[in-house]
Amino acid sequence: MSKRVGMEVSIAAAEAVALANVDVIAAYPITPQTHIVEHLSEIVADGHLDAEFVPVESEHSAMSCCVGAAAGGARTFTSTSSQGYALMSEICYIASSLRLPIVMAVANRALSAPISIWNDHADMMMSRDTCWIQTVAENGQEVVDLLFHAFRTGEDRRVLFPVIVNLDGFILTHMIEPIILPDQEEVDRYLKPYEPQMRLDPRNPFTMGPVGMPEVYTEVKKAQDEAFKASYPVILEAWKEFGDQFGRYYKPVEAYKTEDAETILVTMGSISETAMTSIDAMRESGKKVGLVRIRLWRPFPFDDFFDAVKGAKRLVVVDRAMSFSGGCGPVCVEVKSALYDRGHYPYIHNVLGGLGGRDVTVENFAEMADDVVRAHETGAPMGYEIINVRE
Amino acid sequence: MAKETGIVGWKELALGCAVMKPGSASELKTGDWRSMRPVTDYEKCTKCGQCYIFCPDMVYRKIDEGFYEANLYYCKGCGICARECPVNCIEMVEEGK
Repeated sequence: MSKRVGMEVSIAAAEAVALANVDVIAAYPITPQTHIVEHLSEIVADGHLDAEFVPVESEHSAMSCCVGAAAGGARTFTSTSSQGYALMSEICYIASSLRLPIVMAVANRALSAPISIWNDHADMMMSRDTCWIQTVAENGQEVVDLLFHAFRTGEDRRVLFPVIVNLDGFILTHMIEPIILPDQEEVDRYLKPYEPQMRLDPRNPFTMGPVGMPEVYTEVKKAQDEAFKASYPVILEAWKEFGDQFGRYYKPVEAYKTEDAETILVTMGSISETAMTSIDAMRESGKKVGLVRIRLWRPFPFDDFFDAVKGAKRLVVVDRAMSFSGGCGPVCVEVKSALYDRGHYPYIHNVLGGLGGRDVTVENFAEMADDVVRAHETGAPMGYEIINVRE
Repeated sequence: MAKETGIVGWKELALGCAVMKPGSASELKTGDWRSMRPVTDYEKCTKCGQCYIFCPDMVYRKIDEGFYEANLYYCKGCGICARECPVNCIEMVEEGK
């Protein structure tokens, strides 16, 4: 069994991608993602990984290069953040529509303006509907494990979709954490060589990405949606097999102290650990509060989410991206959709916080849990609120 | 499967809407967009081949005696051939007339 070693999460992510034995990496540096591809370039340059590292001139080219490489049958990786992700997003839609299982680590960062290199989930939400499988990591170990899971799931012939592993910029990327990196033999057992269902080959020519006239476009999107929904059980199966082999089991939705909880906080990503600390304190003072964390953002785990929160009278949904003057933040949209469709109407308060690197503290979570009880009891209208904002 | 139109149900599509048959673009009927069709007056035609050269869809082919004939399966009726013809022997005629 491998040892637990302290290392920067970005370095661990790069080591995991190297252990996954990728064939092609095409990337452009952008804060806070840079350390991931920088370290991968070192691994390739030092001869520890037999892969093509393509230092492209933009993220648009990075994803274009990944699409070409994946279409040629290569196991392919890239990584980006924020503005770079926005630039590459055009090709992200193409990667998923062509059913190419590219894996990407997105070091989540706010979108300009004003220019912010710091963490929130605006970039994740911007590309919500690109039809990539999206997981959201809470800590460094999870980043590593989700990367192996990403290759395994995306390349499964029952799936064949690209996969994003989201990790909070700086808060995870630049943190030194204790991490277990499996050895090569263990990874090879979990992750078999990629055998594409179709690959561009001059000896067997065909066309990827033709024009879709109005007579066929709707059918293509229907087929894509059905295939994407069908990836859900395979995602779970790959987590189950990961757990059986490595002893760390993952689920699309995690519940913490929710058994008898009247109030449940709903979070994604690294602030969930802060929330758990806060819940421990609240539990000690007798408050019936729990946490539900969404790990799988797309395809959204509607049934698992419903099962996790259905016992609560009140929810606080924490969003880390704006949906300007929409009804609520993007995570809360899914939450309300999941509950309304199942005829379940708890009191829901939507909190927007942690924008552009602003901390969400242990005290903030305690305030949210208290405020939602008061709002519910006084019958205040449901809505969203930006917290930690100066008047 | 109606090959010239690509009309199929969603379950029949190849992975990622790939087109598995090489060269099958030649089966795609583009002629049904046309509202005007070119009609060549072979009495005036000098066989210069400008229509063949300028046609963006390679509609024209050389036939017997060196004249050029339009294949209306592909012709979109853009009228470039009629515009470029140096002896004005091609007339664009409204479809249905």
